[in-house]
Amino acid sequence: MTLTQEATAGRAETRARPGRRRSQRLAALAFLLPALAYIVVFFGYPLVGNLVMSTQNYTVRSFYTGQAPFVGLDNYAAVFRNPVFGTAVTNTILFTAGSIFFQFTIGLALAVFFNGRFLGSATLRSLLLLPWLLPLVVSGAVWRWMFDQDHGIINAALRALHLASGPTPWLTSTSWALPAVILTNIWIGVPFNLVILHGGLRAIPDVLYEAAELDGANAWQRFQHVTWPLLRPVTGIVLMLGLVYTIKVFDVIMVVTGGGPADATQTLTTLSYGLSFHDFAFGQGAAVGNILIVLATCFGLVYLRSARASLSEVAS
Amino acid sequence: MSTARRNRRARTTVTGIGVTAALVFAAACSPSPQAPASGGSDAAPAASITELDYYADEQGTVAWQKILDTCTQQTGVKIERQSIPTAQMLPKILQGASSKTLPQLVFTDNPTLQQIASTGALTPLSDYGISTDGYYPGIIKAGTYQDKVYGLAPGVNGLALIYNKDLLAAAGVEPPKTWDELKAAATKLSKDGKYGLSFSAIPSEEGTWQFLPFFWSNGADLSKVDSAQSVQALRYVSDLVSSGGASKSVLNWSQNDVADQFVSGNAAMMINGSWNLARLDEEKSLHYGVVPVPTPQAGGKPAVALGGEVGAIPVSGDATQKAAGKVLSCILSEPTMLDWSKAHAYIPSKVDVAAKFGQQNPEMQAFIDEVATAKSRTADLGEKYPKVSAALATAIQSAITGQKPADQALRQAQQAAGS
Repeated sequence: MTLTQEATAGRAETRARPGRRRSQRLAALAFLLPALAYIVVFFGYPLVGNLVMSTQNYTVRSFYTGQAPFVGLDNYAAVFRNPVFGTAVTNTILFTAGSIFFQFTIGLALAVFFNGRFLGSATLRSLLLLPWLLPLVVSGAVWRWMFDQDHGIINAALRALHLASGPTPWLTSTSWALPAVILTNIWIGVPFNLVILHGGLRAIPDVLYEAAELDGANAWQRFQHVTWPLLRPVTGIVLMLGLVYTIKVFDVIMVVTGGGPADATQTLTTLSYGLSFHDFAFGQGAAVGNILIVLATCFGLVYLRSARASLSEVAS
Repeated sequence: MSTARRNRRARTTVTGIGVTAALVFAAACSPSPQAPASGGSDAAPAASITELDYYADEQGTVAWQKILDTCTQQTGVKIERQSIPTAQMLPKILQGASSKTLPQLVFTDNPTLQQIASTGALTPLSDYGISTDGYYPGIIKAGTYQDKVYGLAPGVNGLALIYNKDLLAAAGVEPPKTWDELKAAATKLSKDGKYGLSFSAIPSEEGTWQFLPFFWSNGADLSKVDSAQSVQALRYVSDLVSSGGASKSVLNWSQNDVADQFVSGNAAMMINGSWNLARLDEEKSLHYGVVPVPTPQAGGKPAVALGGEVGAIPVSGDATQKAAGKVLSCILSEPTMLDWSKAHAYIPSKVDVAAKFGQQNPEMQAFIDEVATAKSRTADLGEKYPKVSAALATAIQSAITGQKPADQALRQAQQAAGS
C-alpha cells in the first residue's frame, strides 16, 4: 500500500515535471512574442516586400492597381548595366570608409583631450554636441553655403590664410565634391564618437594610469598599453554603429550636392532614390536597396568576426 | 559565452536590417485593388473635402489660403488643406494612390499630371462640367492624358531674363535679345567676383526646366536629345560658364539661390520665373527689368517650358468628387484666376484673362508674351518625360563641369533615356 502510494506519488511527480517545463517554455515564448511580432511586421514584411518588388516591373501604375508583372532578375541586370552603378558603389565605400576613419580618430582625440579635467571642459564638451543635435537638413544647407565657390566662408578663409591660390571648386568640380560631402559628414559624426568614447574612457580606473606612471610609462605608452586595450569593446560598438549610420546616409548628400555634379557624389542610397522617384523604375530602386542591404550585412559579418576574435583574446 | 555571442549577432543583424528598412519603405505600402466607390450619381456634394498642394513658401502659402477661403465662401464646401514641400509631392501621391487615401483635390506640377493620370486614380474634368474653352493650348496639353483632360491650372508661369537696370546702365549694356548679345553682356558685366548672369543647373527637374528655353528655341526636340541643335544649345550654355559670364556654382544653385544672387547684386542678370517678382518688389533699392529669354537669332520667338500647378480630382466617391468639382470650378473662375495671378505673380491660364491681366500689370507683359509660345514638357513624350528630363539634367552637369564635351554627354543621355 505504502509502496504503491509512493510509486503513484513518484509517477505523479515525474509527470508534473515535464508539464511545468512545458508551461515555462510557453511563458518564454509569450515573452518573446511581442519582439518577434515587431520584427516580423516592421523589418520582415518590408524586407520581403522589397525583395518581391525588385523582381517586378513596378511602375507608377502598379501603386494604384497593385499589379506588377514578374520580370525575374531583369531589374538587377539593368542596375548592373547602369553606368552610374559602379560610381555609386565606389562612392559608397569611399564615403563610408573616409567618414568613419576621420570621425573615429578625431572623436577619440577629443575624448582623450576632454578626459583631462580642466576649467570649462564639461561645457566645451556639451557644446561640441551641437552638430549632432542639429537637423541634418539644416547642417547640410549651411555647409552647402559655406562651400560656395565665390562667396563661401571656407574659400574666404583659405584665401585669407594664403593656403590656396585660387578658389577651391568644392561643389562644382567632380573631383572635389565627394571630399566635400565626406567632410560635412565627418563634422556631423564626430560628436557621436566623442560621447561614446568619452564614456568608455571614464570607465577605465584611474589606478591603472597611476600604476603605469609609477612604472615610468610616458603619455603615449599609457595610451597604447592602458587606454587602447581597455577601450576596445567600446571601440567595436562605435565603429559598428558608425558603419550602419554612414552607409545609409542620404539627406546630407541630397542637400549638399543632390548627387551631382554630374553624378560625382551618387551613392547607393541616392541612386536608389533617383531610380525610384526620378525614373519611376521602382523595381530597379528596390534592387539597389537590396544590394545595399547585402553590403551592410557583409560589413556586419566582418565586424562580428573581428569582435569574436577580440573577445576570445580577452577571455584567454 | 556562446549564447551571449549569438544574442549579440542577432541584435546586430536586426540593427542592420532596421536601418536599411528606411530605404525600402516604398515596399511597405501594399497596394490592394479596389473598385472606385460609386454611390448614386444624384448624391449631394459632401460638406468638406481634403486638398493637397506644395505652396509651402511663406508668401505662396498665404496667397493660396486666401484663394481657398474665397472658394469655401462661394461653394459652402469646407476645405481641409495640406501643404508639403515640392519634393515630397509625388511620393505622397503614390503613397495615397496605393493605400486609397488620396486627398480629394490635388494641385501638382503639370509635368507629373500624366504620370498620375496613367495610374487611373484621376477623374476627367468633363465629369464636373469644367470646360477647357479659352485656355492656352500648352496647359491643356499638359493636363491631357489619352484624349481626356484630367487637370487644369488657374495660373501658369514661365522663365524670362530678369536684369538689374542700374548695373546694366553703369556698364553701358542694353538688355540682350540674342544669344550673342547675352554672352557679350554676361562677360562684360562679370568683374570683381561678380557675374553677369546667373541661372540654375542643378541635377534635377529644375535644371532641365532652366535649360529647355535654350534647347527648344534652337529647334531641338525632346525625342532626340543628341541632335545637332541640342548639342549646339548645350555648348552655348556651358560656354556661358567657361567664358566666365556665369559662376560655376550654377551647378549647385536652385532657382531660389539664383534669386538670392540677383538680389544681393552678385549677378547682374538671371534666368528665373515670374513668381520671384513679388520678392524683388520688396527690395526698394533694386530696379529690375524683364525681357524674354534671348533667342539664337534676332527676331526669334523664345520657346520656354510651361510651368504651374494643375488641379486634379482623384477617384474618391461621388459626394466628395462632386464637392471637389465645385471647388475646382471656383478656383478656375476668372476672378479667382486674377487674384491668384496677382498674389503669386503667375499668368492667368486663359488667353483673354491674361490679356486683361497684362494691362493691369505691365511688368508681367514679357512673361505673358512668352506663355503664348510656351511648350508643355509632356506634350511630346507624355509619361516618358521624367526619365528624359533626368538624363538631360545629368548631361547638362557633365558639360558644365567639363567632364564630357556636350556631344558626348548628350549621346549618353539619349542612351539612358532610350533604355
